[in-house]
Amino acid sequence: MSAVRRRETWAALGFLSPWLIGFAVFMAGPMIASLVLSFTDYDVLTSTDFVGGENYRQLLADPRVRTSIANTLIYTALHVPVTMIVALALASLLARVGRRSAGFFRTLFYLPTITPKVAVGVLFLLLFNGQVGVLNSALGVVGIDGPNWTVDSQWIKPGLVLIGAWSLGSTVIIYLAALQNVPRDLYEAAEMDGASAWARFRAVTVPMISGALFFTLIINTIASLQTFDEVYTAFYGSANQQTYGNDAALFYVVYLFQQAFQFLHMGYASALAWLLFLIIVIITVVQVRLSRRFVYYESE
Amino acid sequence: MTAVETPQAVAPASEAPAGKRRRPHPWLFWIILALAAVVFVYPFVWLVSASLKPRPDVFDNRLLPAEWAPENYSAIWTAAPVLTWLLNSVVVALAAAAAVTISSAIVAFGFAYFRFPGRNALFALVVGTMMLPGAVTMIPTYLIWNELGLAATQVPLWAGNLFGSAFYIFLIRQFFLGVPRELFEAARVDGAGYWRLFWRIAIPLCRPALIVAFIFELRASWSDLLKPLIYLRDPALFTMPRGMKAILDQFGQAGEARWEIVLAGAVITTVPMIIAFFLCQRYFVEGVATQARKG
Repeated sequence: MSAVRRRETWAALGFLSPWLIGFAVFMAGPMIASLVLSFTDYDVLTSTDFVGGENYRQLLADPRVRTSIANTLIYTALHVPVTMIVALALASLLARVGRRSAGFFRTLFYLPTITPKVAVGVLFLLLFNGQVGVLNSALGVVGIDGPNWTVDSQWIKPGLVLIGAWSLGSTVIIYLAALQNVPRDLYEAAEMDGASAWARFRAVTVPMISGALFFTLIINTIASLQTFDEVYTAFYGSANQQTYGNDAALFYVVYLFQQAFQFLHMGYASALAWLLFLIIVIITVVQVRLSRRFVYYESE
Repeated sequence: MTAVETPQAVAPASEAPAGKRRRPHPWLFWIILALAAVVFVYPFVWLVSASLKPRPDVFDNRLLPAEWAPENYSAIWTAAPVLTWLLNSVVVALAAAAAVTISSAIVAFGFAYFRFPGRNALFALVVGTMMLPGAVTMIPTYLIWNELGLAATQVPLWAGNLFGSAFYIFLIRQFFLGVPRELFEAARVDGAGYWRLFWRIAIPLCRPALIVAFIFELRASWSDLLKPLIYLRDPALFTMPRGMKAILDQFGQAGEARWEIVLAGAVITTVPMIIAFFLCQRYFVEGVATQARKG
């Protein structure tokens, strides 16, 4: 390597050093530490012992782990498709009303996204209240006797799915941008061939925006599996510490947080964290595999 | 775009092939969107309106309060150190946003300007870390701050941002790559050092990307509940969302619930972000769009 090249490499390292240090201290190090901790009974207070696979055996047998996994997966399986379908419908409408109106509505749809999730949790408790909430009043107008969304263990997750769909603004923005990039002549050609609106949607729109669909599928799934703020706000805390609605709102990260920072079972919580990582990796890999069949990349 | 807006004007109905369905009028789209917009905006209206109602009226679901109760806001002021929490949030969010913007810009410049062995692999690693769930590093990170004696302070809420963040590094690097290389070469010939290239050429030319990063992190940090729950014990150090949770725990309990205070708290937590959004709308939208382009 020439002297100039060597000097450049050192300078590059200098610029990269914040990230390199951060990666070592706040990512790679903690990952190793977390893995090691997951084989111990570390609890901050008493002496720490190596317990082998005990934490993992325990979490496989822990009914609350099973409940929290089931809750989180059910919520994700409902939340992600609902968000994607409603966002796509709204974006398709926005793509047809002219740029100025689209910008205006897009702003309104995006507003809930910037609302802190703590406030979203409060809104959920109040708007979805079974007796006096707005949602059930609205349902009453059309003759439906709404359930106790915030108390009835059957209805807590559907309610959370509805409140989650409220913040689909980012997904709408992403879809709208993708729709606006679909070449018009493709639609015109399809129309010449006599394709119906549905056929055009299936044969032109979906393949052309499949990259955006795939991207939102991945990020919404990963975010959904880590749902915490709004659920913790509404259902946990000093007043109602442990269980609520039959653990219907016990989401995975909520349980992990409780184990780590309320019960100080840090070894056990580390094992929970690695199980979450594993679940996310598996689901993401499956989604990537499946997507290879339907995602169309223009550049390839 | 335009083809969809004006089809009726271009093609008379009589020329359409028989059996072909007519397109719905654009006004129909407009009406559906307006209805959807009402659904999306209504919770804000309800929140603000209910926060201004006297306690018995909170749930009356009127759009405008029958009786106004601005005293809810003075009540929360005396019930909780709201001003302190707001200031804490402002300080923490500004520190978090500034730290992540500057450090990410420095790292992004390292990736954009220099050619060095292993650059692409290293950059792939940076982008790859975006997939790592925060839960995996959460406990050891807490233990690090605990070792340093900073676990019960606000430092952990922003100091991790001093080391750059993958998404912002990616975003700013894209902008740096767009700067014509000749600009840098010319400055090099004039004897400018690398830091000068970064500070005097790259930074001023990439201001929009820096603003996007700053605003995005400001929002994320302002809204965060998990970190303040983990680290903050002393109510005097709470950020607004953490304080909001404390207010809910105290005043949202059955029996003695004082929802008007909880609602005022929710408004105070939300409104600063709404204002920031309307001031910097473009950058919020750009941030989302950039995020999508990365995928």
